[in-house]
Amino acid sequence: MAETLKTEVTVVGAGPAGIAAACRAAESGARVLLLDENPRAGGQIWRGTRCGRGPAGARRWLARLSDSSARLVDTTAVVDTDGDGGLLVERRGEALVVEGERLIVASGARELFLPFPGWTLPNVLGVGGGQALLKSGVSFRGRKIVIAGSGPLLLPVAAALATSGAHLRLVAEQAPAHRVHGFALSCWRYPGKLIEATRYRAAFLATAYRTGVWAVAARGDDRVEEVVLTDGHRSWTEPCDYLLASYGLVPNLELPRLLGCAVDNDRVTVDDHQLTTVDDVYCAGEPTGIGGLELALVEGEIAGLAAAGRDREETALAGRRRRLERFAAALAHAFAPRQELAERVEVDTTICRCEDVAWKQLHPAGSFRQAKLATRVGMGPCQGRVCGPALALLRGWEADRVRPPLRVSTLGVLASRSKGPAGH
Amino acid sequence: MTRIPIVIDGRTVEAEPETTVAAALLNDGIWGFRSSVESEPRGPVCAMGICFECRVTIDGIPHRRACMELCRPGMEIETGG
Ligand SMILES: Cc1cc2nc3c(=O)[nH]c(=O)nc-3n(C[C@H](O)[C@H](O)[C@H](O)COP(=O)(O)OP(=O)(O)OC[C@H]3O[C@@H](n4cnc5c(N)ncnc54)[C@H](O)[C@@H]3O)c2cc1C
Ligand code: FES
Repeated sequence: MAETLKTEVTVVGAGPAGIAAACRAAESGARVLLLDENPRAGGQIWRGTRCGRGPAGARRWLARLSDSSARLVDTTAVVDTDGDGGLLVERRGEALVVEGERLIVASGARELFLPFPGWTLPNVLGVGGGQALLKSGVSFRGRKIVIAGSGPLLLPVAAALATSGAHLRLVAEQAPAHRVHGFALSCWRYPGKLIEATRYRAAFLATAYRTGVWAVAARGDDRVEEVVLTDGHRSWTEPCDYLLASYGLVPNLELPRLLGCAVDNDRVTVDDHQLTTVDDVYCAGEPTGIGGLELALVEGEIAGLAAAGRDREETALAGRRRRLERFAAALAHAFAPRQELAERVEVDTTICRCEDVAWKQLHPAGSFRQAKLATRVGMGPCQGRVCGPALALLRGWEADRVRPPLRVSTLGVLASRSKGPAGH
Repeated sequence: MTRIPIVIDGRTVEAEPETTVAAALLNDGIWGFRSSVESEPRGPVCAMGICFECRVTIDGIPHRRACMELCRPGMEIETGG
């Protein structure tokens, strides 16, 4: 039998949303366990913030967390429900059951990757992936880097790489100029965001930032050596040691789906208190709609207060949440992937990286489920987290039902599941 | 801070403290972490634990995600699996 941890509020995900939720709930007097599969708290944006390094906001929240009574349980992945209202989690190959009276899901987002010829070559990374590697200790000094992706994330990543001594050759944004400029103009209502963007841009002034440009192919022998870029009229080649190519974020909906939370249009449905359609299950941060750091924090605070029974203190936060939601909607519109990104795929292009399934093998299938049966697409260890969102865009295929375990885990963990599987 | 001795494919190298296994391998000039079903070299993509392209064998346990583990003294890493 697995060891059981009991608590009042369980928070899954120690990114900004989960940290804010855990702090607010603990400060309101609730007993809180904060789980994350990473070895450190911070989520995607605050990865590697420690020992006095990193942005002030990050250090403030991490200090607040360690001063609070919330207990961080790191290196711990939620893999399933235990069939009895608890969560089955894996910690270094060991199984644990976590039983809380209320649950806050703050599972964050991942990057949207889209297939194109050569995208499986080593050193073709996500934009955030490059950032994460930098934060986890990779030295890019003197390396030739091309960023060809989409979204506001390009700016901080370009700034960080240039500052670290990388030889940043080009930053290409696939969204057309009129959309990006229209978005920038609409930002007068959010002066903080404009100042931030300008500061990032200043950190890589030696490199061009071009809109309406995207990668069509990566080439190289056993790793990427050059990228073919286009602006839709003209194509050219740029040599590189690393190519960063991803197209915004997709929410991690696997856990909320497994718990039975309603999801609409790729967002977990929540009320004003961040409560999902399942009793005592709250959701905050990117899974309720991609919104960035500040919205994640506000939603986390609201969820933490609500889960601790302090609903009345949320009112001040509700106005900020509305404002930030409008900003997020404008952002999603401006940086929507262009149709040409889907047209890059060739018959031999690998779509499923885990099982090496090529585009031509998928062609006859009419749905994700059919394709899975015929080709094993999406059945490898990433469980469709990479090819699923890509095929949603390329083929309009809906994601298949979530099946536990949510992480490929050791057999011992599953064997210790106390009751039969639930929620599916 | 003291550097951390780790073993990569039988060679001892020193990693900076608080670096992940993925970072240590890339800094050591290794970019093909594993070999795919069709024997293509693959390396990290997401660096956040979702793509599973960075899988290596760590202390004899296969399929560990190099981007999710911090280097520990004496850790033995095998690539190309
Ligand atoms: C790779 C990457 C880099 C980014 N870099 C920047 C940047 O430089 N600047 C910027 O403004 N924005 C950046 N973003 C956007 C940023 O992620 C969000 O704005 C913000 O972090 C959202 O906070 P969150 O708490 O909702 O989610 P996240 O920060 O994503 O946190 C979610 C946490 O949940 C954990 N988790 C998920 N599922 C489970 C599970 N089943 N079991 C255990 N733990 C789980 C994850 O490990 C993660 O730590 C980046 C995004 C990505 C994907
Ligand atoms: S790089 Fe994607 S899981 Fe490690």
